[in-house]
Amino acid sequence: MAATMQVDIVSAEAEIFSGEATMVIASAELGEVGIAPGHTPLITRIRPGEIRVQQPDDGEEIDVYVSGGILEVQPYVVTVLADTALRADDIDEAAAQKAKDEAEAALAGKSGEINFADVQRQLAEASAQLQLVKKLRR
Amino acid sequence: MASGKEIRTQIKSIQNTQKITKAMEMVAASKMRKAQDRMAANRPYATRMKSVVGHIASANIEYLHPYLKDRDSVKRVGFIVVSTDRGLCGGLNTNAFKAAVSAMKEWQDQGAEIDLCTIGRKANGFFSRIGANIVGQVDGLGDAPELAKLVGTIKIMLDAYDEGRLDRLYLVENEFVNTMTQTPRVQQLIPAEPDVDEKLGHHWDYIYEPDSKTVVDHVMTRYIESLVYQAVVENVACEMSARMLAMKNASDNAGDFISELQTKYNKARQAAITQEISEIVGGAAAV
Repeated sequence: MAATMQVDIVSAEAEIFSGEATMVIASAELGEVGIAPGHTPLITRIRPGEIRVQQPDDGEEIDVYVSGGILEVQPYVVTVLADTALRADDIDEAAAQKAKDEAEAALAGKSGEINFADVQRQLAEASAQLQLVKKLRR
Repeated sequence: MASGKEIRTQIKSIQNTQKITKAMEMVAASKMRKAQDRMAANRPYATRMKSVVGHIASANIEYLHPYLKDRDSVKRVGFIVVSTDRGLCGGLNTNAFKAAVSAMKEWQDQGAEIDLCTIGRKANGFFSRIGANIVGQVDGLGDAPELAKLVGTIKIMLDAYDEGRLDRLYLVENEFVNTMTQTPRVQQLIPAEPDVDEKLGHHWDYIYEPDSKTVVDHVMTRYIESLVYQAVVENVACEMSARMLAMKNASDNAGDFISELQTKYNKARQAAITQEISEIVGGAAAV
C-alpha cells in the first residue's frame, strides 16, 4: 500500500472533503504544486482554480473548485482553507461563461472607473471554472 | 368586583397576545434549527484555521506577525460587540452588554481608552446611549449572516491596530451552550493566543510562497475574520433559542392569566344569577 496523508478541504460554509490521499494538486500563488505524503511544511495562498485529490487504492480522483484560500502542508496532513469551494459538478458553466464575457468586455471597454485588479481577478476565476467544466465534459 | 363584560374583554385581549407569542415561539424554534446547522457547518473551518494558526505560532518563524505580539503599554483597547437586531429575546443582549461594560471598566481603571465596533442594532443603540466611542457599526445581517458584510467592520479595527491606535482587541458575544443556556463571553482577539502544537517542537519552519510576510498577513486576517464570523453565527443561534424560550414563558404566563380570569368570570356570573334569583324570590314573598 502506498503512503497516504490526511487531506481536509474546508470552506467557511461547509466541510468539502476529508480523507486519505496519495497526492494533492493545487494551483498555488507561484504555480501549480503537487503534494505527496511526507512533504516538508509549506504554507501558501492559492489562486482560483481546481484542487485535485488522488485517493489511494485506485480510488477516483476528486476535483474541487476553489476561488482562493490558503494551503497548509504538514508532512502527513494537508489542509485547504478555501474561501469558497464547490464540487466541480456544481459549477454552472453558463454563469461562468457570462462572468468571463463580462470581465473581458469590461477590460476591452477601459472605462475610467473600472478597478483593474478586481476585473482581472474575476477573469481568472471565470476561466479557471470554465477549464474545470471543460475537463469534466471530456 | 369587575362586571362579567369587563372580564370577558380582558380575557379576549390576553388571548390575542398569547396567539402572537405562540406564533413567535414557533417561528423562533424553526429558525433556531437552521441557525444551529449553520453554526455546525462553520465549525470545521474555524477549527482548522485555529490549528493552522497554532502551527504558525509554533514554527520557528522568521517574521513574527504583529497580531501575535503582546504590546507592553496598553493605551487604547478595542471591543467588537455582537448583538441582535431585534428585541424580545429575554436577557440575551443585556447580559452580553453587562459583560462588555465590566470588561471595559477594568481597562478604563487602568487608564486605557475604549473604542467600539458594534454588530447588530441593539448594541449600537445601547452603546450610543451611554456615550461610548463607536468607531464602526454594522446591522441588518439577518438570519444568515454573510462574511462579506462583516469584513468592513473588522478591517476598521485591524487597521487601527496596525497603525498603533489600538493595543488590544476583544470580542464580546453570546456562547451557545445549549438551547436553554447562553452565556456571554469576552474573547481576546489580539494578541492572538493560539493553541501551540507541542508535538511539532520549535525547530522547524515552513516554506513560504511567495514570502512569509504576505502569507502570514493573509492567514492572520482570515483568522480574525473567521473568529468574528463564527461569533456572529453563534449569536444568531443564541438569539433564536433565547427568543423561543422568552416567548414560551410569555405564552405560559398568558395561559395562567386566562385561567385565573376565567374563574373570576364564572364567579361573577354565578353571583349575578344568585342575586337575580333572590330578588325574584324576595319579590314573590312581598306580593
